Amino acid sequence: MIDKLVLYLQYPFVRYAIIVAVLVALCSSLLGVTLVLKRFSYIGDGLSHVAFGAMAIAAVLKVTNNMLIILPVTVACAVLLLRKGNKTRIKGDAAIAMISVGALAFGYLIMNVFSTSSNVSGDVCSTLFGATSILTLNMKEVVICIILSVIVIAVFVFFYNKIFAVTFDEDFSKASGVNANAYNLLIAVVIAVIIVLAMNLVGSLLISALVIFPALSAMRLFRNFKSVTIFSAILSVICALAGLIVSILAETPIGSTIVAADVVAFLICYVIGKMTVGRK
Amino acid sequence: MALLKADSLKLGYENQVIINNLSFEVNTGDYLCIVGENGSGKSTLMKTLLGLQKPYEGQIEFGDGLTKKEIGYLPQQTLVQRDFPASVREIVLSGCQAKCGLRPFYNKAEKQLAAENMEKMGITNLANRCYRELSGGQQQRVLLARALCATGKLLLLDEPVAGLDPKVTAEMYSLIHDLNKENITIIMVSHDIGAALKYSSHILHIGEKIFFGTRKEYKESELGREFLGEEDGSNDR
Repeated sequence: MIDKLVLYLQYPFVRYAIIVAVLVALCSSLLGVTLVLKRFSYIGDGLSHVAFGAMAIAAVLKVTNNMLIILPVTVACAVLLLRKGNKTRIKGDAAIAMISVGALAFGYLIMNVFSTSSNVSGDVCSTLFGATSILTLNMKEVVICIILSVIVIAVFVFFYNKIFAVTFDEDFSKASGVNANAYNLLIAVVIAVIIVLAMNLVGSLLISALVIFPALSAMRLFRNFKSVTIFSAILSVICALAGLIVSILAETPIGSTIVAADVVAFLICYVIGKMTVGRK
Repeated sequence: MALLKADSLKLGYENQVIINNLSFEVNTGDYLCIVGENGSGKSTLMKTLLGLQKPYEGQIEFGDGLTKKEIGYLPQQTLVQRDFPASVREIVLSGCQAKCGLRPFYNKAEKQLAAENMEKMGITNLANRCYRELSGGQQQRVLLARALCATGKLLLLDEPVAGLDPKVTAEMYSLIHDLNKENITIIMVSHDIGAALKYSSHILHIGEKIFFGTRKEYKESELGREFLGEEDGSNDR
């Protein structure tokens, strides 16, 4: 088994996959706590479907670098969805549901009508579930992924205290003169970037899992924001690595194996959390 | 110049006017209670004072060197906060956020300020505890300490004793009273007319009729007697 792993590690595409998996897992877990607490758990799902639709358009237009279309479209939708104001007529969850299924339907429609590929359902399946796309990354895509991850992590660390304050109590922050709207916008943009990054790893249907499971697991065990954030980042990276290695060795689909690892980790955390609370 | 002066405000939400022609002023050291029936616009007035929404007409002026950033706010608890994994220290520190500007981390002076305010509120021993595991009264003290980190001048309290038991309620009121004695101006929205009459210096009654004046004037006014008459006479202290 170890031999097999060592053999695989000699291929550059496997090493690329590991780098991308670690970075994506780390980034996606960072904002998980904020999204769960703001009752936006499902936003990852909605945005990923938007990204799917954008990807379909990019494929039809034969844009060489599809990031150029996917990223701006997803960011724009994130801003629309997270913009919380008294002017919004349609409430948060309904808006997410609307945009999400709408984009999914249009994406599939466009792919079917305009596609030049001979295996449309295969393409769709791999976009939705990630399938093998992480193993087909080239150097350029890996570099883009590294740059975006570094930006996401830097932004998160730099604005950590502000994100905390705005998440915990938006009204108080506004009243004391913090520009909460600007930080909400920032959160929206960062989450969109994370979604686009994560599409390569687990595909658009499973992204939510990557965002919320580590946060929920960490919240079972820890009782302050800093520990929850740090633990969820570590847990997310461990699960991604474990899932990746298992999927290489057992030849299972990468995305779903990683999410399965996250689910198992959540169950373990849940049980430990129950036990420690019981002892008090 | 008054600390805060509201001039002929017209307030409402979703294009419905609830309060018309409201004027009052608050001076340093005042303890103003805003009373009125449900739906009379107390929360709307509070949000306007905080700058979270704009009045349809009229304006609010700050004086005595008070800036908008120096308002400490004690909000009603939100659903989000009930399962928020945050330690008491983290929450109290977040009251200093506006002082930070773009600086990413808290400096020594801010940490010191947070520690002092936790001491003042008697929650230093809870600093590392998780907020959601505290009792209602302890949680209010945490939020009060946070508000004090944002200001040393003016506190806006929105129903500070909602959901607290009588003993904790009394403690909370005396805590607020002590702060007021330290020359911190208090503006409080309350249902509890008895306590309002016991502690406050001024009363603002909003509703169909508007009254603004000192506590003594309110007790003697027609509106005051009418409103108090609905309560038990024993509340008349």
